[in-house]
Amino acid sequence: MGKPYRYIGKATPRRDGAEIVTGRSHFVDDLRFERLLHGKVLRSPHAHAIIRSIDSSRAESLGGVKAVLTWENIPDLRYGNPRVFRLLDPKVRYVGDAVAVIAAESEEIAREAAGLVEIDYEVLPAVFGDYEASAPGAPQLYDEFPGNVLPLGDPFLGPKSMVEIATGDVESGFSEADVIFEGKCGYDNLPNPMPMESPRVVALWGRAAEGPDAVTFWVSNQAPYLMKAVLGSILGGNVDVRVFGGPCGGSFGSKLMSWQPMCYAALLSKNTGRPVKVVYSKEEHLAAFTLRPSSRLDIKVGMKKDGTVTAIAGDWLIGTGSYSQTTQAQVAVGCGEAMLAVRCKNWNVKPRIVCTNRTASGIARGFGGQELKCALFPILSRGMAKLEIDPLDFMKKNFIRPGEGYLWRNAQWYDYRGIDFTKMMDKGAEVFGWEQKWKGWLKPTTVEGNRRIGVGVGVHGNADVGEDVSEAYVRLDGNGRVVVHSCLQEHGTGQRSNALKVVAEVFQTPLEWVSMTPADTMVNPFEFGPFGSRGTYIILGAIVRAAEDAKKKLFELAAPMLGCDASELDTADGFIWAKTAPEKRLRWQRVLFQRTVLGYGRFEPDYSLSNCLMSFVEVEVDTDTGKLTLLRVVNATDVGQIIDPQGLEGQLCGCLGTAGIDSAIFEETVLDPLSGRILNANMIDYKWRTSSELPAIENVVFETPMPTHRFHAIGVGEIATSPGPSAVLMAASNAVGVWLDGYPVTPAKILSALGKLGSAGKIKDGANGK
Amino acid sequence: MTGEIFASNVESAAGDKQMSLMVNAHSYLLTVGNRPGEVDPAHTLAFTLRETLGLTGTKVSCDKGACGGCTVLMDGKAVLSCMLLTIECGGKEITTIEGLMEPKTGALDPLQQSFIDHSAFQCGFCTPGMIMSAKALLAENPSPSEEEIKEALSGNFCRCISQYQVVEAVKAVSGKKR
Ligand code: FES
Ligand code: FES
Repeated sequence: MGKPYRYIGKATPRRDGAEIVTGRSHFVDDLRFERLLHGKVLRSPHAHAIIRSIDSSRAESLGGVKAVLTWENIPDLRYGNPRVFRLLDPKVRYVGDAVAVIAAESEEIAREAAGLVEIDYEVLPAVFGDYEASAPGAPQLYDEFPGNVLPLGDPFLGPKSMVEIATGDVESGFSEADVIFEGKCGYDNLPNPMPMESPRVVALWGRAAEGPDAVTFWVSNQAPYLMKAVLGSILGGNVDVRVFGGPCGGSFGSKLMSWQPMCYAALLSKNTGRPVKVVYSKEEHLAAFTLRPSSRLDIKVGMKKDGTVTAIAGDWLIGTGSYSQTTQAQVAVGCGEAMLAVRCKNWNVKPRIVCTNRTASGIARGFGGQELKCALFPILSRGMAKLEIDPLDFMKKNFIRPGEGYLWRNAQWYDYRGIDFTKMMDKGAEVFGWEQKWKGWLKPTTVEGNRRIGVGVGVHGNADVGEDVSEAYVRLDGNGRVVVHSCLQEHGTGQRSNALKVVAEVFQTPLEWVSMTPADTMVNPFEFGPFGSRGTYIILGAIVRAAEDAKKKLFELAAPMLGCDASELDTADGFIWAKTAPEKRLRWQRVLFQRTVLGYGRFEPDYSLSNCLMSFVEVEVDTDTGKLTLLRVVNATDVGQIIDPQGLEGQLCGCLGTAGIDSAIFEETVLDPLSGRILNANMIDYKWRTSSELPAIENVVFETPMPTHRFHAIGVGEIATSPGPSAVLMAASNAVGVWLDGYPVTPAKILSALGKLGSAGKIKDGANGK
Repeated sequence: MTGEIFASNVESAAGDKQMSLMVNAHSYLLTVGNRPGEVDPAHTLAFTLRETLGLTGTKVSCDKGACGGCTVLMDGKAVLSCMLLTIECGGKEITTIEGLMEPKTGALDPLQQSFIDHSAFQCGFCTPGMIMSAKALLAENPSPSEEEIKEALSGNFCRCISQYQVVEAVKAVSGKKR
């Protein structure tokens, strides 16, 4: 069937492509400022300590040093959830916690000055384990949180938020079950989203027009408007915050937690009257920015022979490290995502968030749901194995379908209005060859000597595709060109280019006639930012509405000139005509003579849709060395309507990195259990996948139109990383014939599961491809 | 290496030590020293390119030789500009991403165009380094196999995982001469 669209669904070059390939894309560190100062953060060598005294006089007297800020000479600025976490505090809570920030004429001077600050620490006992954090007598990070337990719920999500999964009656659920089993699983290896460009910002305090209480930021981020709101709330109501969002060298959610570097730069600029740049080194990025939350699930499950889950009850422990900004929201979304993926009438899962003496956890693709489900699916697998249920059948049976519903992050019930994903799951299975490769639980697909192949599958969906609010203007200029006003920042998904496509589609203009304002909060309306795959449905939705509004206004102006009703008009390539008399054509320029038309669009949250991605993986395990090789990935999804085929391909291939599938294979943050220091805070010791180790990836994309909105598309990029890790664990267990329970599946874990490390052991049932 | 440093670093009449650096077929005469605008002996080539010469197309991610983001060509070979001291580069010919366009017409190098055609980037932060590594490969081996392309790019980190599209982009121009 031919597509009715001129641009949508077709490969069109990214608007910023020429800039990217010529090096003219101006990332934050590429911007030039006059009289720029360089900011550096002095960080704690201790995991937990009180700053008894701090003397920065020697640092201040070093030539070229312009300001040294410590907790003693800055205002008590706090942020996070709850809002108790101080920007600079007399207590440090992880190795790398900020102690002082310095502005100097050059980075070298700032670094040298950092070495001259004299600090007298009273070192305190520290706690690194999430379970240990709540044990009696454990060191306490904050007076506000006895037992190191943080309150649940995020006021940002509304008057109520999801603080548990509680529906039905688990006892009666268990009584209906054919098997009841218990299990524990952790997804707690703390992978780092690690965008290539580390966090960075330039701040300039004071602007001629807006007065002394105005601050401007140029920041590597994905949500300028949200950062404006965040910084405004931290710095105080009187401060006028303006944020420029230029090209961003990757974020994957993580850079929403940039309030600290932004505040450092702002305060240093306020103190010096000059622009100040703060660029985190890669080491700081890995040791003193944000990791994925850790997740440990300890549950009891009831299941029927046909794969019906009758009850799930137990505890979900989430480690947030030294503080939380969004962990509660991740818990809320994660709970909802579990309900999307596993139909069950009776739930009673109680989350608990604890803080420990390590760098904080924050946002990563999969936002809570990946954390929960990477622990949940391996436990459910035990029940499927007992009942000999094929996991593909289980996932098909239990993923959300029309006519059903779920609780979402604001603790409200939503009746699902989306599509049925079963067909695309079947197609994915067919492309992968699931039927031929699946031999049963703990059974390898093939065995050749010491090489064993195993397969696994995972599924994920997110109803945040419709989260939060977007607004946009679309402006029609006298020269017949179209300008989109949106605070959408380009962070790699190509969504700014997609916005141009959908607007060109609405007006049927050449693509080059449409352009977009820079993501500057001063000239654009509110935009929440591209999170949770909301860009396609909500951001583009608001932009399409603004375009339609502008088109309506244009037609109202043209109607009298053409002597007909506005509803009878049509337009393409800068001409307007009545559908009944297409030969009489009017140029836009005539209608827009000395006039600008402005359309407005707004999209309200809608949590009644979900996306879905199923990932099939094939791994090879070498039982001599324990090495696991990812051979092949098949991703299957249904996006309603493809907007940008190449961008979609890129997002789906992104399933490996950014704390995704590779977090099941080799990505982890290693904490020294004695000092709390991160041992692999550099790009050599933090493992990442190189080009020569790429598995084969095939992406199966369905386009079943979403019935709910124009162009019928929903986003899927955010969740690309989410179904894969548990699929790898499943595949590895099947390959070796032994349950593997921990991430990442390192050679040591495989060999120890095989009994080849330390005490001798045997490969259990399913071995030798019987 | 030491011999070359002295060969290309000369004393000016004022007693300042000077060095010449050829970048994108343009010769820069730089003073060695630690005043603003000078080349400090501790400066990396990446720093000099970006901060002293304003050629910000070269990206720095790890600054430790691990990610390939800062790759440039030195006498036609791919090198990590964060791992070289500028004072060691005197007399060498450096090509950065800015030097790939046809200087007169501004036309893109076919490899650059191929990256656009294949959307061989997401955030684009790794792209200049990827293109320079691929450029060095194609100069040495104009018709590389897929495996050879992957091997040549294996020092270039891409967190977005655009390498599948990068490999296609490089394949599309391999075997063709500019
Ligand atoms: S910046 Fe030079 S290799 Fe990473
Ligand atoms: S495109 Fe983002 S790092 Fe390669």
